[in-house]
Amino acid sequence: MKKELSERFQRYRHVWVFVEFEHGKIHPVSLELLGEGRKLADQLQVELAGIVLGSGRAELDEAARAAFSYGADVVYLADDPVLANYRNEPYTQVMTALVNAYEPEIVPSGRHGPGPRPGRRRRDDAKTGLTADCTELAIDGERSLAATRPTFGGSLLCTIHTLNYRPQMATVRPRVMAMPEAQPGRTGRIVEFKVDVAEDSIITKVLDFLPDTANEAEQMAFADIVVAGGMGLRSAENLGLVRDLAAVLGGDWGGSRPLVQKGWIPSDRQIGQTGKTIRPRLYIAAGISGAIQHRVGVEGADLIVAINTDPNAPIFDFAHVGIVADAITLLPALTEAFGRRLSVNRMAS
Amino acid sequence: MQIFVCIKQVPDSGQIRVHPVTNTIMRQGVPTIINPYDLFGLEEALRLRDRFGGQVTVMTMGPPMAVESLRKAMTFGADRAVLLTDRIFAGSDTLATSYALAQLIRKAGETWGEPDIVFCGKQTIDGDTAQVGPGIARRLGLSQLTYVSGIDDLDMVDRKILVRRRGDHGVQVLRSVMPVMITMMEGSNEIRRGTQADALRAAQAEIVQWNGAAAGIEDTAMCGLRGSPTVVKKVFAPTARAEKAEKIATGTETPAALAETLIDAIFTRQPVLQADLLQQAATH
Ligand SMILES: Cc1cc2nc3c(=O)[nH]c(=O)nc-3n(C[C@H](O)[C@H](O)[C@H](O)COP(=O)(O)OP(=O)(O)OC[C@H]3O[C@@H](n4cnc5c(N)ncnc54)[C@H](O)[C@@H]3O)c2cc1C
Ligand SMILES: Cc1cc2nc3c(=O)[nH]c(=O)nc-3n(C[C@H](O)[C@H](O)[C@H](O)COP(=O)(O)OP(=O)(O)OC[C@H]3O[C@@H](n4cnc5c(N)ncnc54)[C@H](O)[C@@H]3O)c2cc1C
Repeated sequence: MKKELSERFQRYRHVWVFVEFEHGKIHPVSLELLGEGRKLADQLQVELAGIVLGSGRAELDEAARAAFSYGADVVYLADDPVLANYRNEPYTQVMTALVNAYEPEIVPSGRHGPGPRPGRRRRDDAKTGLTADCTELAIDGERSLAATRPTFGGSLLCTIHTLNYRPQMATVRPRVMAMPEAQPGRTGRIVEFKVDVAEDSIITKVLDFLPDTANEAEQMAFADIVVAGGMGLRSAENLGLVRDLAAVLGGDWGGSRPLVQKGWIPSDRQIGQTGKTIRPRLYIAAGISGAIQHRVGVEGADLIVAINTDPNAPIFDFAHVGIVADAITLLPALTEAFGRRLSVNRMAS
Repeated sequence: MQIFVCIKQVPDSGQIRVHPVTNTIMRQGVPTIINPYDLFGLEEALRLRDRFGGQVTVMTMGPPMAVESLRKAMTFGADRAVLLTDRIFAGSDTLATSYALAQLIRKAGETWGEPDIVFCGKQTIDGDTAQVGPGIARRLGLSQLTYVSGIDDLDMVDRKILVRRRGDHGVQVLRSVMPVMITMMEGSNEIRRGTQADALRAAQAEIVQWNGAAAGIEDTAMCGLRGSPTVVKKVFAPTARAEKAEKIATGTETPAALAETLIDAIFTRQPVLQADLLQQAATH
């Protein structure tokens, strides 16, 4: 069933990354996508663009600078009060207008919790395809985006193409792609885009914003060290052992999905396919079997250490260091030993 | 008020098995459930109905066996259920699915009254794209409120609705106007048990079944595989890591001795991490 790309769609060129920021903070997933977009653009020999929407020139210029230093050649910038707080109506309208005006070939966007995501709404206006939660983006021999994503909870992978529609859209979760190296001082072109959306036409109004005082779990995805517990820990109380070890290492903690279902940990601490993807330098999994849905969320870690009583647990297939032991007794011993080694150094210096 | 709730029948997540040789999904005998995220919308719908009066209609697009999920939804207290089922929908991606569901909602609106609110789940546990709710809203011109953690106020006269919406770094307080498509955050409520009377009613209820034509779908090119821009080209199993884990032998060692061995193994492999940790400890 080969689908031919129509002449109109053959005009579509360039790779676009939507640069998300909320209350002045650029979401790291946008930088990760710029890194990935750079590779696609180079391969296709086209430009990489960053899309920066918001209200307030200083903030937008800063986002544009970040986009350039992470690989963008050009930034499409729209500055308008209607874009002040993310609301999907005006963002979608502006994104649609931009796409219609400049006809990009590939538009990857971030997918994570509730933040700005005009990506998937765009998909409906454009009547094009969108591949969700991709773990790999590549270009095939026919200049088509090959987007690979886990299916059926990660037990299989599938490669999806958007054959006879443009742009080709994909979403990617945070931490799935590596964070590229910033190149400070790198610059590019800014194209200002005039917004034609009246505030009166937008039905939804933002009345208030209540910032989180300490949304610690949000940080988990970005921690250098993550310790996680699974059903092998047998009780909610034993998760204290995981938290203690994380604390002594200055890291963060999480768990497998059954712990969320049992109510032992909040859902934003779930690691894996339907939870958070992490890419720490050190990941310690205690009492976690290593189901594929868990594996896809941790595979990017530099060093995976598994503690499990079952020598045949699947986690040993992808851990770098494995230890067949009872986590309930080993975790406190590890906390103690790490604490001692690290404090020795404090006294010495 | 009229409230529509879209639910999807999905395989019970814990029980999906992949055939070890053929790498295909073994669906036979896998129990199905209502997508867990859809129940938060259903409960919210039932609460609103209990407060303001009206009806809750549950709807799904799927194979004939999806009536089971609709019946289940009725045991919680939904007033009626409708199934959209037709061969033409086979192979739908999210674009084709939101088209079909939007048509279903149109037809249901003509039949039982226009919806004030359409609830969708935040995402499903199988396809997991989170695209269908926004897709429906877009097609029907509904305003949309996603990731809602609570409905604070609803004014049936002015048709205004006030909600809290989870953002990345906080909660937005939003005011919008009905008709609206809402997806609820998980944990925002808990599905009720349903009464004995509901269970009885559900068991006897006749569940409305429409095919494409009955739902007013004329353009079959928008449906199923034909109406789906995404094409799955390849399905494959993840590759195993070539190198096996370095196993730390355990015999009669005490946990304390094991801990030392493990830390040595970690630091040998990650000397930079070790240095950074020591540095960090020293400066704190
Ligand atoms: C669509 C879908 C999405 C999913 N998404 C996710 C997800 O995002 N994240 C996720 O984690 N899971 C997810 N799952 C669930 C996943 O399939 C597994 O069921 C889950 O990861 C298992 O959790 P676990 O390893 O903690 O528990 P179990 O599989 O029960 O494993 C417990 C492990 O602990 C070991 N053990 C027992 N006692 C001890 C002890 N004293 N010390 C050390 N080890 C011990 C056992 O040998 C066993 O290996 C998903 C499933 C589906 C179908
Ligand atoms: C493993 C897998 C991967 C897939 N990947 C993609 C992909 O990358 N791109 C793509 O376009 N399609 C994809 N599909 C197809 C997609 O899942 C189907 O189109 C599906 O019908 C709807 O998408 P979803 O399950 O992701 O729903 P979501 O968009 O996650 O669902 C959100 C809500 O919409 C409502 N809803 C969804 N489907 C129905 C229904 N049939 N009846 C009633 N209400 C419903 C429910 O309220 C649900 O909670 C994939 C399917 C599978 C099984």
